[in-house]
Amino acid sequence: MDTVAAEGLLSASWLVIALPLLGAAVLLLGGRRTDAWGHLLGTATVVAAFVLGLLCTVQLAGVEGHAVDAELFTFVSTGSLDVGAGLLVDPLSATFMLLITGVGSLIHVYSIGYMAHDPRRRRFFAYLNLFVAAMLLLVLGDNYVALYVGWEGVGLASYLLIAFWHDRPSAATAAKKAFVMNRVGDVGLALAIFVMFAQLGTVSYEGVFGGVGALAGGTLTALGLLLLLGACGKSGQFPLQAWLPDAMEGPTPVSALIHAATMVTAGVYLIARSAPIYDLTPTARGVVLAVGAITLLYGAIVGCAYDDIKKVLAYSTVSQIGYMFLAVGLGPVGYAAAIAHLLTHGFFKAGLFLGAGSVMHAMGDEVDMRRFGGLARRLPVTFVTFGLGYLALIGFPFLSGYWTKDAIIEAALDRGDWAGWLLGGVAVLGAGLTAFYMTRLMLMTFFGRPRWTEDQHPHESPSVMTAPMVVLAVGSVAAGFLLVQVFPLDTWLEPVFGVPEEAEHVVAPALVGLVVTAVMALGVLAAWLFVGRREVPEVAPARVSPVVRAARRALYADTVNESLFMRPGQWLTRALVWVDNRGVDGAVNGLAATLGGSSSRLGRAQTGFVRSYALGMLGGAVVVAGALLAVTAG
Amino acid sequence: MTIEAPDLSLAALAPLLFVFGAACIGVLVEAFGPRDSRHPVQVAVALVGTLGGLVTTVLLAGTREVTAGGALAVDGAGLFLQATIAGLGALSLLLFAERNLDPARSAFVVSAAVPAGSVRDRELLTVQRVQTEVYPLATFAIGGMMLFVTANDLLVMFVALEVLSLPLYLISGLARRRRLLSQEAAVKYFLLGSFASAFFLYGVALVYGATGTVRLAGVREAVAGAEGGTLVVLGLALLVVGLLFKASVAPFHTWTPDVYQGAPTPVTAFMAACTKVAAFGAILRLLYVAFGTEEWTWRPLVYGVAIVSMVIGAVLGLTQTDLKRMLAYSSVAHAGFLLTGVLGLPATGDAAGSGLPAVMFYLLAYGLTTLGAFAVLTLVRSGEGEATHLSQWAGLAQRSPLTAAVMSLFLLALAGIPLTSGFTGKFAVFRAAIEDGAWPLALVALLASAVAAFFYLRVIVLMYFSEPAVDGPTVGVPGLPTTIVLAVTAAATLLLGIVPGAVLGLADRAAIFVG
Amino acid sequence: MLSTYVPIVGLFALAAAFALFSVAVAPFVGPRRYNRAKLEAYECGIEPVDQPLHGGRFPVKYYLTAMLFIVFDIEIVFLYPWAVANDALGVFGLVEMVVFIGTVFLAYAYVWRRGGLEWD
Repeated sequence: MDTVAAEGLLSASWLVIALPLLGAAVLLLGGRRTDAWGHLLGTATVVAAFVLGLLCTVQLAGVEGHAVDAELFTFVSTGSLDVGAGLLVDPLSATFMLLITGVGSLIHVYSIGYMAHDPRRRRFFAYLNLFVAAMLLLVLGDNYVALYVGWEGVGLASYLLIAFWHDRPSAATAAKKAFVMNRVGDVGLALAIFVMFAQLGTVSYEGVFGGVGALAGGTLTALGLLLLLGACGKSGQFPLQAWLPDAMEGPTPVSALIHAATMVTAGVYLIARSAPIYDLTPTARGVVLAVGAITLLYGAIVGCAYDDIKKVLAYSTVSQIGYMFLAVGLGPVGYAAAIAHLLTHGFFKAGLFLGAGSVMHAMGDEVDMRRFGGLARRLPVTFVTFGLGYLALIGFPFLSGYWTKDAIIEAALDRGDWAGWLLGGVAVLGAGLTAFYMTRLMLMTFFGRPRWTEDQHPHESPSVMTAPMVVLAVGSVAAGFLLVQVFPLDTWLEPVFGVPEEAEHVVAPALVGLVVTAVMALGVLAAWLFVGRREVPEVAPARVSPVVRAARRALYADTVNESLFMRPGQWLTRALVWVDNRGVDGAVNGLAATLGGSSSRLGRAQTGFVRSYALGMLGGAVVVAGALLAVTAG
Repeated sequence: MTIEAPDLSLAALAPLLFVFGAACIGVLVEAFGPRDSRHPVQVAVALVGTLGGLVTTVLLAGTREVTAGGALAVDGAGLFLQATIAGLGALSLLLFAERNLDPARSAFVVSAAVPAGSVRDRELLTVQRVQTEVYPLATFAIGGMMLFVTANDLLVMFVALEVLSLPLYLISGLARRRRLLSQEAAVKYFLLGSFASAFFLYGVALVYGATGTVRLAGVREAVAGAEGGTLVVLGLALLVVGLLFKASVAPFHTWTPDVYQGAPTPVTAFMAACTKVAAFGAILRLLYVAFGTEEWTWRPLVYGVAIVSMVIGAVLGLTQTDLKRMLAYSSVAHAGFLLTGVLGLPATGDAAGSGLPAVMFYLLAYGLTTLGAFAVLTLVRSGEGEATHLSQWAGLAQRSPLTAAVMSLFLLALAGIPLTSGFTGKFAVFRAAIEDGAWPLALVALLASAVAAFFYLRVIVLMYFSEPAVDGPTVGVPGLPTTIVLAVTAAATLLLGIVPGAVLGLADRAAIFVG
Repeated sequence: MLSTYVPIVGLFALAAAFALFSVAVAPFVGPRRYNRAKLEAYECGIEPVDQPLHGGRFPVKYYLTAMLFIVFDIEIVFLYPWAVANDALGVFGLVEMVVFIGTVFLAYAYVWRRGGLEWD
C-alpha cells in the first residue's frame, strides 16, 4: 500500500471527524442552553462532514495511487511503542466515510421529526454526533490503535443510545447485554493489537501489513482469529449475535444508523482492512466463511418466526452481514462484493428501519406486526419507500440487492470445490428465506384486514421524516446498478485490494441470476401461502411445530448463553460470595478486632501527662542509643 | 592578628533574607503600625516575604554552593525543600488570614495574656479585634525551617531548630476557642520540645568532642577516618532523637496528638505540613552528608523506627474519634513511610540516588494534602468552634456535597489511593526502599497503609452513608484565602497523582547535597 | 580518646563534692544567731508579702522584666569580645555587629511600643 502525504483539502480530512465531535461537545457541555437549536447544530455538523467528505473523495480520485496519509500528531509515545495519530484516506475508508456521513445526515434529519416530542432530544443528537465521530475515526485511522479508539467509541455511543430510554428496564438490560457481548469481542481485538505489537513492534497498517509476511503460520492464524472475534462482537455474528436484536430497544433512528447501516458493518471493515493478514492464513479465512454462512442462515431462520417488526429487521441485518462475512471470507474475489453489498444494504436497511419507525410513529410505538395490517392506504409514502427497500433486500431483479447479493453468490460458486457449492447453496437458500420473512413482514404490516385497536389512528409521518425515506428508497433502487455497472466499485477499490484474478465461472452468471430469482419467487409464494392467504391471528398461535418454537426462541441462543456462561458465572460469584462472607470476612473481622483492641491498649500510653511523655521519650532515646551502640559493637 | 571575614554569598542567602526580613518588618509594623490597618499590612508583609522566598529559591535553582563560611549549604535538595517550605508556609499564612469563618473574624485569641475564662476574656471573645503577632511569629518559624534544611553546621542547625520551634510553641497556644486546651498544648509542646532540643544539643557536644568539628563535611571526614568511635555513635543517637521528635516519629511522637488537637487548626496545618518538611530535610542532610559513610550504623535504627512509627500511627489512628487527633496519628504513620524512603540510596556525587528524590516528592505531596485536609476542618463548625468530633461529620455529604468531596479527595490521597499524589509519593518511597533491598520494610509499610486506609475511609463512609445528625454542624462559607488554599491543595493533590512526571523529574534533578 | 575528658569529669566530681561538703558541714560548724532579717527568704531585693497581689500568683511582669534583662545581657556578652577584637575583625565585624544590634533594637522597639516597659 503506497501512500502519499496529504495535500490540499485532504490535509483537512481530520475536520470530517472533528465537526461531529465538536457538535457532540457543544451539545453535551452546553446543557439546556442548547436545547432550542441543538438538533439543528447536530444535523448541520454531520451534513457539513458529508460535504467535506465528498470533496475529499473527489480530490482523492485524482491522486495517484488513490491513498493519502495525513499525519496529525503523536498519540502514544512510550518506550518502544509509538502510535501516531494519522488518518488514512484511501478508496476503502473514503467509501465508508461517505456511507457514514451520507446515511448519518439523512438519519439526523429524520430524527428531528422522530424525536420532536422527546424532552431529551438534544442529548440524543449529542450521542448521535458522538457516534458519527467515533465511527469516522474507526474507518479513517491509519493504525489499529486509532481503529480501536473508534471501535470503543462507537461501542460507548451504541450503549448510550440503546439505553436512551433508560427508564425502561428492557432498554437498560439490552444496553448492558450489548455492552458485555461487545466487550467479549473487544478483548479479541485488543489481544490482536497486543500480538501485533509484540511480534512486529508496530500497530500502523503500513508497518503491520509490511511485516506480516515474516510471521509464523500459527501466529498469523491466531491474529486472524482474534480479529475475527472482535469483528463478530461488533457485527453481531455467530456466536456473539444475541445482543443485536435486543439492541432494537433504542430509538428507531439508532437502529437504522448504528445497528443496520454503519456500526455493525465495522466487523466487515476490519476484516477487509486486514486483508493482507487473511490472505496469508487460509485457516482463519475458512473460519470467517463458516461464521458468515452460519450467521446468514441463522438470521434468516429466526427472522421468519418473530412478530416484532424491528426484531425481524434486526435478524435480517444479522443475516445480511453474514453474507458480507461470507464474501470477505472468500478472499480477493469477494472483498469488493462484500463492500458493495454493505453499501446497498446500508441504503435499503436504513430505509426499512426508517419505514418501520414511521409505522411505529403512526401506530403509537406498537411493534407487534399482528396488530398492524392494511396500513398501505393509510401510510402511502411509507408503504412505497418501504416496499422499494423490501424489493431491494429480497433481490428483486435489477434493484440494489439483486446486483450485490448475486455477486456474492457467484463468487462463492466460483470456488469450484465442494465448499463453493455448499456456500453457494447456503447463500441461495438464505435468499429464499429472506424473501419469505420479508414478504411475511410486508403482508402482515401493509396488507390484509386492519387489526389495530379503536384508539389508534394511523397517519402519515411529517415530511422531515418521509424525505430521508424517499432519498434512501431511491438509493435502494439505484445503488446496486450504479455500483456494479456504472461506477464499478471493484475498480475503485483496486488500490486497496489489488486486482483479483479473473475467475473461471463454474456456473454462468446469467444462470445464477435466474436461479436466485426463482428461489426468491418461491420464498414470496410460500409467504403468500402461509400468511397472505389466511387471516393473521392477533395472538401468536401456541400450537406450532418444534422448528417454529425453536426459531421463536432465536434457536435457543440466549438459552445457550445463559446455561453456558451466565449460570456458571452466577454459581462462581455465589461461591465466591460464600467464601468471602465466611472465610475472608471472618479473617478480616478478626483482624479488625485485634487491631482495634491493640489500638485501645496502646492508646492508654497517651495519658496526657507531660511527665509520662518525657519518660517515654527518654526511654526511646536510651533504646536508640543502645541500638546504635549495639550495631557498632556487633 | 587579623581574622579573615568569611565568604558570604548574598544571592544564595536571598531566600532566607527575604523571609527573615519580612519577619523583622512584621515586628516593626506591630510596634509602629496603626491598629486598624495592621491586619492587612501584616498579611501582605508575611505573604510577600514567603512568596519572595519561594521565588528566589526558584531563581536559584541549580545553585550548588557552600557559603557563609561553610555554615550553609545551598544545593538542589536544600532549595527544593526551601521552596516547599516557603510555598506551604505561604498557604498556611493564608489560612491564618481567614476572616469569614469564625464569628469573631479570626481563629486567634485577641490577647493571649488574659487568663482564660476570666471576665476580661469573655469580654474579648466577642470583640472583632484581630491578633496580628501570629504573622511575624509564623514568618520567623518559616525562616527557621528554611535555615534548618540548608544548615551545613550542627550549631547553625541547632539555632535554626530553636528559631523554628519557639514561635511554634507560642502560636500553638493562641486559639480563640477552647483556650485552655490550646494553652495546655503549647506548654506540653514547649516542655517536650525543650527536652528534645537538649538531646540535640548534647548530641552536638558529643560529636564535637569526638571529631573536633561541627561542620557536617568535617564530621564526615572524621568519621570516615574512624575517629570518635563510641562517642560519635552516642552523639549521632542524640542528634537523631532530637530530629525525630520534630518529625513526630514514634516513639517520640507523644506530643503530636495533644498539640495537633489543641493548637488552632491553621497552626496545626502549618505544623503538620512545614515542620515535617523541615525536620526530614535536616534528618536527610545529617544522615546523608555527615554520616553518609556510617550508613550501616544508622540503617538498622531507621529501619526499626520506621516500622514502629508506621505501626503505632496506623493502629492508634483506628480508635480516634477526633479528626484532628486522627490526622495527628496519620502524621505519625506518614513519618514512618517517609523514613522508608530515607533508606533508599543517597545520591553520591553526580549519581542520583533513589531515596532523596522520593522523600522530597513525598514531603511536597504530603504537605499539600495534609494542609488541605486541615483547611477543610476549619470549614465545618458547630456552635462554639470547629466540629472535629467524628460523629459530627455524619452525613456531611448531604449538607455540603462539595466539602465532603474535597475532604474525600484529601483522605484518599492520605490513604494512598491511585490517581492522587499520595499514591505517587508512596510508590516512590517504597520503590526506593525495595531497590535498596529493604523489601520487608516495604511490606510492613504496605500493611500499615492498609490499616491506615481504614480510618481514612471510615470518615468518607461516615460522610456519605450515614444519616446526618439533627443538630449537626454548619459548613461555613470560606473567604478568599481559604478558598485559594483549598483550590491549590486539591488541584495539586490531583495533578501530582495524575501527571507527577514533571515534579518527580524536578525532585530527581534537585536531589543533590553539597557539603 | 575518652582520656581527654578525664579532667572535666574530675572537675565535675570536685564541684559535686564541694557542694555536698558545704551543705553537709555547715549545720555542724556554722554559728547559729537568728534575727528577723535572717529568717527572710532573701536578704536583698523586694520585700516579700504574705499574699501575692490579686491572690495566688505573682504578676507576670516580673518574668517579663527578667527576660528583657537577659536580652540585653546577651547583647553585652557579644559586645565585649567584639570591642576587644575590633582591630582584628575590621569592617566586616562592624557591619555584623550593627546588624546584630539592629535586630536586638527591633525587639526593644517592639517591647517599648507595646508597653512591655511600663509596670502598670
